[in-house]
Amino acid sequence: MALLVDKHRPRTLETLTYHPELSERLQALANSGDFPHLLIYGPSGAGKKTRITATLRALYGPGVEKIKIDSRVFQTTSNRKLEFNIVSSNYHLEITPSDVGNYDRVVVQDLLKEVAQTQQVDLSAKQRFKVVVINEADHLTRDAQAALRRTMEKYSPNLRLILLANSTSNIIAPIRSRCLLVRVAAPTEDEIADVLARVGKDERYLSCEPLERRIARDSKRNLRRALLMFEAVHAQNEHVSEKTPIPPPDWEALIEVIAKDIIEERSPARILQVRAKLYDLLTHCIPATTILKTLTFKLMPKLDDSLKADVVKWSAFYEHRIRTGSKVIFHLEAFVAKFMRIYEGHLLGMDIDFDD
Amino acid sequence: MASFFDIRARQAAAAAKTTSSKDTSPAQDNRLQPWVEKYRPKSLDDVTAQDHTVTVLRRTLQSANLPHMLFYGPPGTGKTSTVLALAKQLYGPELMKTRVLELNASDERGISIVREKVKDFARMQLSNPPSGPAGEEYKKKYPCPPYKIIVLDEADSMTQDAQSALRRTMETYSKITRFCLVCNYVTRIIDPLASRCSKFRFKSLDEGNAAKRIEDIAKLEGVKLEDGVVDTLLRCSEGDLRKAITFLQSAARLVGAMQSGTAENKKRKRKTVADDDDDAMDIDSASASADSKSVTVSAIEEIAGVIPDNTIDRLLTAITPKSKSAAPYGPIAQAVEDLVAEGWSASQIVNQLYDKIVILNEVVGDAAKNRIVLCFSETDKRLVDGSDEHLTILDLCLQIAGILSHDR
Repeated sequence: MALLVDKHRPRTLETLTYHPELSERLQALANSGDFPHLLIYGPSGAGKKTRITATLRALYGPGVEKIKIDSRVFQTTSNRKLEFNIVSSNYHLEITPSDVGNYDRVVVQDLLKEVAQTQQVDLSAKQRFKVVVINEADHLTRDAQAALRRTMEKYSPNLRLILLANSTSNIIAPIRSRCLLVRVAAPTEDEIADVLARVGKDERYLSCEPLERRIARDSKRNLRRALLMFEAVHAQNEHVSEKTPIPPPDWEALIEVIAKDIIEERSPARILQVRAKLYDLLTHCIPATTILKTLTFKLMPKLDDSLKADVVKWSAFYEHRIRTGSKVIFHLEAFVAKFMRIYEGHLLGMDIDFDD
Repeated sequence: MASFFDIRARQAAAAAKTTSSKDTSPAQDNRLQPWVEKYRPKSLDDVTAQDHTVTVLRRTLQSANLPHMLFYGPPGTGKTSTVLALAKQLYGPELMKTRVLELNASDERGISIVREKVKDFARMQLSNPPSGPAGEEYKKKYPCPPYKIIVLDEADSMTQDAQSALRRTMETYSKITRFCLVCNYVTRIIDPLASRCSKFRFKSLDEGNAAKRIEDIAKLEGVKLEDGVVDTLLRCSEGDLRKAITFLQSAARLVGAMQSGTAENKKRKRKTVADDDDDAMDIDSASASADSKSVTVSAIEEIAGVIPDNTIDRLLTAITPKSKSAAPYGPIAQAVEDLVAEGWSASQIVNQLYDKIVILNEVVGDAAKNRIVLCFSETDKRLVDGSDEHLTILDLCLQIAGILSHDR
């Protein structure tokens, strides 16, 4: 049984529910026969991938959905062998170069050139070019991005790229200037509620509008998350009502506990307890950034307004440290300690934070 | 032989030939080509705004001798175009393939390639222009000087080792080979290489020239531009002509302003244009009257990823303190969360916020600006390092709000 997210994913541009103007544009691009390189960016759960799949279908017809996965071996200059998975149909390829870490340049160069140098053989194909979809383009290394530059110009008759990214900040300017930038904004809460209502109807769930609204609000404008929560609620309860609790993911519940802990008592002993919980989260593969961010936002409602700016400042500071440092637990713990000090100082009414 | 030096006559002949061949090429292919490629300057005379460089190069064209060259300057100023135009004028279409080697960052350019490919090409014998009467004709059109050209595009992304491997190669084969290095940052080229080349700096295009070029292209493609579109293009592209042209082409595609659209397409696209303007308040009336077929300012801004003014203003209002105390946390957090959810890129938010608060704002005192700039610097560094965008922007906004409230 497929998840609701996959089962009800729109397959064509016409069936996309929100951002009608964007769908129109994609449709116009697909029909014009003059398809540019695209750089699609937006927060996760906004429907970037869905839109791409639908656009590809508009370009090539249903044949594009017959996909196969094959694994290729690439050889780096230092003779290391890299295993790399490619998802492909007759008309397009999908790659996630960040899988191979620092060697993504090799993959990008070899693979794209190979694709670009062969022409479309299928005469019945609608378009003369092939499309390569690159996932997580914002995680490409500088080298790989530099390698893309000329390839994009030189092989444009045979090859179109679609880059998917969460943000354009990490994409170098030359690439940005060669692509058509398409922003996919997250759906609004109303739009999410609409989608939930429609899916609920299709699945013959009892409709309960207040619950759908609550899910929409809790999902923080992430449609994928909203659908997963929606499914979970309906799976756990026979009859849903307005007051049915929405089960939060257990890691979020744990972070909530941590937030409560460190506000309640501020002592080295408490840090030790919190550390155990932090380790618990980390061993369950919750990214450190997510932990820190969620913790910060869970702390916010419990704080006095005058403290908030300071807490966010240090949260951002340690988040940066997590990125550049090597062992994340240090920085998470440092944030907890820092927060305790700020909070204690606030309660005592004096500044005991000496080091800034 | 007199006509050999008669560069003007030869150019005229070459021009006549290229225009005639262009007419015969299928229109379909032309349409699919990016305009950046399509409107690449065909000869040195077409190169916009780099007068000094072009004058020097034209003289070398006359004397049929060329130094090693190093072109540097910001992106989109015509470095690659100039080299290619020069090569085309020197050799003509037939000899281009055998006499010019172009390598760029998308090719493997480690030390081994420099040793093999570049060296092999450098030491290769010169190819001859076609023989017989056709060859005579050819020679009249193009000087075909007795050396080959190796163009190393994006040379600043070559490794140090690869660059040092070039040193000796450049000297040994200088009789039959000239190198042309093209890069953005001259500081990343090692000194021994830089000292072997004559350097040409490409300056940022001035507004007048860039505007003229854009208008020309728009006219040739039959794209109608609204008032202010050219200015917006120049502002969004920051002196990068390639960027400006790409934006123009994308906008033209989106609004279907190109002549080639079928009737059915046009209908659909007209609707698109109407939808486009939801978020831009002041342009609404203008574009509605223009009946769909022209490129609007808002379309350009959307493509360039520029955040609409009213969206940024909402954030600004949240940041600005109302009374003596600092601006409350709630509205700022909400504004930032909305911006992030809308998918605007953090670097763009930072850029536009910087313009609004530091450059265009007269109310904020100098001392406060001083401290605000420090925050911006820190934020930019964090974003480049890949920090979480939401948290970083929130931090920036809260800090600015704090500083502004102290300023009162």
